[in-house]
Amino acid sequence: MCRNKMPAILLTLLLLLFTATATAADEYRQAKIADPFIELHSGPGRGFPIFYVAERDQWIKIIKRKTDWFKVEIKNGTQGWVHYDQLLLTLTPAGERTQINDPSGADFLHRRTEAGVLGGKFSGSEVITLYGGYAFTRNISTEVALSQALGTVSSKQFINLRLIHQPIPEWRLSPFFAMGVGNLRSQASATQAQAQDRSDSVAHVGIGLRSYLTRNFMLRAEYNRYVVFSSDDYNEDLREWKVGLAFFY
Amino acid sequence: MESRSRLFLLISSSLLCTLPLLFWPSGAAAAASDDNEPLIQPQIKPQPVKPARIDSENFEFGIFTGLLSVEDFGSNAVSGVRLAYHASEDIFVEVAYGRSTTQQTSYERLLGSVTLLTEEQRQLSYYNLALGFNLLPGEAFVGSGHAFHTDLYLIGGIGSTRFADDDRRTLNFGFGYRAIMNDWLALHLDARDHIFDIDLLGTQKTSHNLEFHTGLTLFF
Repeated sequence: MCRNKMPAILLTLLLLLFTATATAADEYRQAKIADPFIELHSGPGRGFPIFYVAERDQWIKIIKRKTDWFKVEIKNGTQGWVHYDQLLLTLTPAGERTQINDPSGADFLHRRTEAGVLGGKFSGSEVITLYGGYAFTRNISTEVALSQALGTVSSKQFINLRLIHQPIPEWRLSPFFAMGVGNLRSQASATQAQAQDRSDSVAHVGIGLRSYLTRNFMLRAEYNRYVVFSSDDYNEDLREWKVGLAFFY
Repeated sequence: MESRSRLFLLISSSLLCTLPLLFWPSGAAAAASDDNEPLIQPQIKPQPVKPARIDSENFEFGIFTGLLSVEDFGSNAVSGVRLAYHASEDIFVEVAYGRSTTQQTSYERLLGSVTLLTEEQRQLSYYNLALGFNLLPGEAFVGSGHAFHTDLYLIGGIGSTRFADDDRRTLNFGFGYRAIMNDWLALHLDARDHIFDIDLLGTQKTSHNLEFHTGLTLFF
């Protein structure tokens, strides 16, 4: 039943996206060329041929952006793609430099949300983590992390809610401290006769490093120690390290 | 009585005459300064200039369908969804999820009475996180009036495949071709190898599972 519904849901999603794209704002940002000229490429890439050159003092409309390329329209209706570097030298109607709100190192300090992917080792098996976080202040943030560790004996899925303290966010390599709680579900491999499926509470502490990379990207590495409050007589102590890439908004 | 009323009139009239004199100089100065200013003060507030937002289209979402060959379990239809973020004109990251239903192995078919997996265990699903590199960007021409932006990309990553009741660590790599029809719609043709270990048929072995699919994506 669920499988039959999936294509319908996907189709609806696609249609929604389509309407969102079609009804995008008609009001475009205007800019005046301040360089002697700007070059209009036929596509959003460095290899596309330059088919038009617009001169200084002409007004352009900025229609959309793809990565570092901007689709612009000049007065006579010609549309083409201009690189970020050339657009930065254009002027706003108020006579100021055009401001493209690209995230920078300064925005990194004031980020509110971040999300990323990490990979590494969790007690001997490969682990993949997907996480999303929200920063309350420059120093304190919270995260939800979903992980899957795939070993030969069992596969583990765990979810963690964590609190992160980053004492010196200004540093290029900025350390952070984490602690949190969660749940670990351990599923025995089908070919392992003795092992059985389990679900246990976990708590962890960790240390890590964040480093601003470029635009809205950052690198991240961390080491965590988990205590699994297993239903057996003893608690398990597991270690995890991982590195990954994240982006912020 | 009469003299008293006369006195009152005299005082009041003299006061009335001197009062304007008392206030005359300052009043004149005020009138002089008023001449330099407009009678109506226009109330101008600096309007905060809010530039129109530039629509960024760096995300790509879409569906795909194709063929997935699962080693020993036949070639089967596969379908799924993908979400990509284009970090630059060269690099993108992609998350994909796909599912398929596998067939019986030759061993099961030959023996007839043997079934290795239940119906539920035959369901295969995978997710992967991959990094893509637009290796050969270019343009494709259809007739003389249409040119499409295209990319031949290399892609590879890690993920997990759920098959026969187990989650299997999976490496994937391959290549794809993206033809961007207009600013927001793209067609994909992809070839991918999913590599995971499997021990269902006696010994542990590394299996290569090839997938070919075609897809449709929207940039937003």
